[in-house]
Amino acid sequence: MVVLNKKELLAKERLNNPSFIKTIWREIKNDKMALGSLILLMLILLVAYSSPLFVDQTQLNRVNFFNNWKPPSATNWLGTDDGGRDVFGQLLLGTRNSFTIGVSVTLIAGVMGLTYGLISGFYGGLVDNIMMRIVDFLMVLPALMFIIVFVVIVPQYNVFSFILIMSSFAWFGKARLIRSKGLAERELDYINASKTLGTPSWKIMFFEMFPNLSSLVIVNMTLTLAGNIGLETGLTFLGFGLPAGTPSLGTLIAFARNPDIMQNKWWVWLPAALLILVMMLCINYVGQAIKRASDARQRLA
Amino acid sequence: MLTFILRRTLIMIPQLLLLSLIIFMLAKAMPGDAVTTSFMSNPNVTAEQMEKAREKLGLNDPWYVQYGKWVGKAVQGDFGMSYVHKQPVTKLLAGRVSNTLLLSFFILLVSYIIAIPLGIIAGRWTDSWADKMIVTYNYFSFATPTFVFALLMLFGFSFILGWFPIGGSVDIRIEVGTWDYIVSKARHLFLPVMTGAILSTYATIQYLRNDIIDTKLKDFVKTARAKGVPEGKVYTRHILRNSMLPIAAFLGYEITGLIAGSVFIEWIFSYPGLGKLFIESLGGRDFTVVTALVMISGTAAIVGTMLSDIILSIVDPRIRID
Repeated sequence: MVVLNKKELLAKERLNNPSFIKTIWREIKNDKMALGSLILLMLILLVAYSSPLFVDQTQLNRVNFFNNWKPPSATNWLGTDDGGRDVFGQLLLGTRNSFTIGVSVTLIAGVMGLTYGLISGFYGGLVDNIMMRIVDFLMVLPALMFIIVFVVIVPQYNVFSFILIMSSFAWFGKARLIRSKGLAERELDYINASKTLGTPSWKIMFFEMFPNLSSLVIVNMTLTLAGNIGLETGLTFLGFGLPAGTPSLGTLIAFARNPDIMQNKWWVWLPAALLILVMMLCINYVGQAIKRASDARQRLA
Repeated sequence: MLTFILRRTLIMIPQLLLLSLIIFMLAKAMPGDAVTTSFMSNPNVTAEQMEKAREKLGLNDPWYVQYGKWVGKAVQGDFGMSYVHKQPVTKLLAGRVSNTLLLSFFILLVSYIIAIPLGIIAGRWTDSWADKMIVTYNYFSFATPTFVFALLMLFGFSFILGWFPIGGSVDIRIEVGTWDYIVSKARHLFLPVMTGAILSTYATIQYLRNDIIDTKLKDFVKTARAKGVPEGKVYTRHILRNSMLPIAAFLGYEITGLIAGSVFIEWIFSYPGLGKLFIESLGGRDFTVVTALVMISGTAAIVGTMLSDIILSIVDPRIRID
């Protein structure tokens, strides 16, 4: 009787929730703050990514010392920096770069963590034990310091090596999370059935186990996306992030290291700092809504 | 119990070995060695002389011999010379470590002073307006990047309002040990400590709130209520006694971020601690100092995690796995 009830419930659940994407959308629609965050975030990204249409990049990089440190005006909405370059244009470009790098790091780290976690969870036993001791060790390391040291010693440092360095320190948590769910999953009948039929292990891992963990992965990736953008801008702020010539939001904020600029030329760094703050809050809010959508007990809608 | 502690301590040995090996390889990969850096300012040194100096310092030995020597020295607290500051690294660090320890200690203390009452209020009166405000605050402190918050604090309180100094750890020309010295130190510490503390309350509040919500529905709490124990005492004697213990045990994990966690704060508030030294040394290519700092903070992280694991297993027997 109980089993039947559960089955009925599951069937009902499936009828109500045709897909995870739809559940997410319903959850966001029902949370005014999350909906607002999503719209604001989309707006920021839309303006930032379409900026090449109305901001001339060569014009933006042209140094004009007669025009430096101009406060906000009608021609330069957010004033100009030390080289007379328009801050608003750099802000858009920086947002685009920071977001793109944040997404790349999240995706690469996601693939690394997913592969590692799936292998560890799928095989279990000794393999799992050894792989998890390694992750335990890596998680304890002071990641920020190691990233900075790598940035300094890597020869021919460029945007791609930066993304790779950041990604290689961002997957530990994901690997652990996926492994623990994978361990539970491997005990289930469909995996055993598939094994008996002789499906190759990699196929079971990536085409059978992974779809069942996908909502977990999506939730984790949205929540870490904000952290990765924060870390990238922070590293660039310290001077160990994006190479010069690739402006990030951190590049603009780095101007604040100079007390005179911090106090009297606030238009250079303050908008970028506030923009990062707003983006972090929005992404986290949307992430929380997605997290609730993935867990039926927490759903608001 | 003993076997758990023993096992947990033994795991540390390969971890420390691996850490030292990784850092040794990183140190080797850093541009320039002891000879090039020390002779850099002297253009009269020939390549042969440099080669001789290398031979003498053992820089041409196979890597495992060099590694052995390096570890042997590091264990005795000898990390070589800083070429920028012209003094032994150990001495340089000793001058800065007390500042960082002071900062971390107060950050930890203030974060508990803020987080524990908030966590208890949020857990006890769930869904009240106070709870909603605390959850919102917690959400902000989780999502805000340290360096953005630190800059905004500095801008708002030091530059616009002018309440606090804009950097350093103490005013110059003040005698050590006087009352003025303490006041000046406190004024310099206030902003960095508040910045660090506000941003590190997240885990404690979240943990306390969830744990109290779970615990207050448990049978032993119902029994206490049925016996007629006043509501206040149910919390102080029954619920909090359970929920607070793990918080004490998390102390060890806090050690893990001792240096790395304060890099941004020390850098922005120009606070002369180890985090600022780390960034300065990288900028000045003073790699012996960098190596020593990474090694120390890695070791502190490994030891801190071990301590927390052991304390947690004593406090909460469910964690013990033999």
